[in-house]
Amino acid sequence: MRKRRTSLLALPFTIYALIFIAAPLLLIVVYSFCVSPQNGVTLTLEHYKKFFDFSNPVYLQVLWRSIYIAVISTAICLLLGYPMAYILSKLRPGLRQVLSVLFVLPMWMNFLLRTYSWMSLLEKTGLINSFLEAINLPAFNIMYTQWAIVLGNVYNFLPFMILPIYNVLIKIDQSVIEAAQDLGADSMKVFGRVILPLSLGGVASGISMTFMPAVTTFVISKLLGGGQNALIGDLIEKQFKTTGNWGFGSAMSVIIMVLILLAMNFTSSYEKDREEGGQLL
Amino acid sequence: MKKVLSLLLVFATLLTLALSGCTDASNKNKTLYVYNWGDYIAEGVTDKFTEETGIKVVYDTYEQNEDMYTKITAGGSSSYDVIFPSDYIIEKLIRENLLAEIDYKNVPNMSLIDAKYKNLAFDPDNKYSVPYMWGTVGIVYDTTRVSEEPTSWGVLWDEQYKGEILMWDSVRDSIGLTLKYLGYSMNDHSDAALAAAKAKLLEQKPLVLSYAGDQMKDMMIAGEAIIAVMYSGDAAFVMERNENLSYVIPDEGSNIWFDNMCILKSSKNKDLAEQFINFMCRTDIAATNRDYICYSTPQIEVYNALDEETKSDITQYPDDSIYARCEVYEDLGEYTQVYDDLWTQILAS
Repeated sequence: MRKRRTSLLALPFTIYALIFIAAPLLLIVVYSFCVSPQNGVTLTLEHYKKFFDFSNPVYLQVLWRSIYIAVISTAICLLLGYPMAYILSKLRPGLRQVLSVLFVLPMWMNFLLRTYSWMSLLEKTGLINSFLEAINLPAFNIMYTQWAIVLGNVYNFLPFMILPIYNVLIKIDQSVIEAAQDLGADSMKVFGRVILPLSLGGVASGISMTFMPAVTTFVISKLLGGGQNALIGDLIEKQFKTTGNWGFGSAMSVIIMVLILLAMNFTSSYEKDREEGGQLL
Repeated sequence: MKKVLSLLLVFATLLTLALSGCTDASNKNKTLYVYNWGDYIAEGVTDKFTEETGIKVVYDTYEQNEDMYTKITAGGSSSYDVIFPSDYIIEKLIRENLLAEIDYKNVPNMSLIDAKYKNLAFDPDNKYSVPYMWGTVGIVYDTTRVSEEPTSWGVLWDEQYKGEILMWDSVRDSIGLTLKYLGYSMNDHSDAALAAAKAKLLEQKPLVLSYAGDQMKDMMIAGEAIIAVMYSGDAAFVMERNENLSYVIPDEGSNIWFDNMCILKSSKNKDLAEQFINFMCRTDIAATNRDYICYSTPQIEVYNALDEETKSDITQYPDDSIYARCEVYEDLGEYTQVYDDLWTQILAS
């Protein structure tokens, strides 16, 4: 009886998932193996061959560039985010609440708007450079480079790193830490042997939640990278929006999806090991 | 008795409904779907159309011809009535049988369009399109930082402007000007020409600050870059706001283009669409649009009312010698894909 009720409750989501997740995914996979849908459907591997063309590896380079930028962005998020989450978790509950709201606050603003405002901050004649010029310091030109994209990624995705780690950290049983201290561990040892291992689940979900949007972004690379540093997301967008080559766009989407699935498989196996999955608020 | 009364009431309600339908503009509750370039109409023009006719306008914008073409051929055609494609896309749309023939009985203001802009090669009898604006592609440069007026597209390959050059993220314009620079036609699609253009564009890539779209205007006004490839109207727009900027059409020649108004074959509101096109050609409206977007107008009365300074400004009204150096884009047919692939590879490299 109970089982039937829960499956009934899951029905709305199952229908939603079928229509909005499974069906589009299936369509993308089908499109990626088809050539020019206007003139009748022909099965082909052409799009994949075009992507993995080793004699002219432009698209592979773009994939490599996307992964490279996403890895650097994720690493910086982790380096900034872990200590931040740790400090946050050590605060009094009241202050902790206020500060964690402050971290989420920028996310209430539109993502596009926030990225646009970085443009006017970073431009040659922008706010930061006008200030540097006023106090006679050399200009700081990172606009339209890979570093501008990394900065945009870190800024936009940092909360996705902090929050899962923070959630895991505040759930650690204080008595475990006390036990370690009673047994003579100093604070370094407590952190290295107890806190860090217990928080790895949060780190794993933080990594997948920042890496995934960073590797597929096209808005950040378009606005801050200036089309000079096209990422895989830009290419996919262009195939659908401008070129109208849906087959090739779909093939690239499938490739990036497989990549993300592999990455997720890796991190989720970590989470299972630790049996302490961290989630967003 | 009660029954009769209620019947009477129903009848009265129906009568008022029917009458109100007659007295009010018959266009009420009708909606026209317009799909135009971004920044390509004066503010308030669509509101004015609604005010005068009662027709509601749903207005969407695109950044490039290709975006629009992809959207309407990918099933979006049923969602729009009026579109504003350029010459080569009109040619393509006619060939693919996607445009409706315009009934000029409903567009009397067509007589206000200069004959010079009618019956052009892409739509020989103007069966499908009414001229809206025209212009050229050229170079906008900062006169305080470029000593001599550039006379060649080659300035876009000049090492001394490294990191100060803005290119359009537009397949036809970017490849076209490179072909022109190399001495080919802007419509050339031979392997040799395209291979040469590709090598040239790759060579240019390290010098380019950004491959941009409409945001280029703000960037040039703010002095973010020294040189930019721009459409003439955008050039006039930025020159009005930053007096250090100037526009030049290189000696090798360039592209001259015509953006016309067309009605999609799938449109269910062809009469409303014709009414809208006629409205857009009306002198007061065409003048408002011209003043706002700064492109060259094909409307006689609007042109005649311009001051001499504007009329002689070669940015907006190039003289015949420049006109002679310019080419109109032609539809590339099956070679469109080759151009697209080339441009994607340039951006991806």
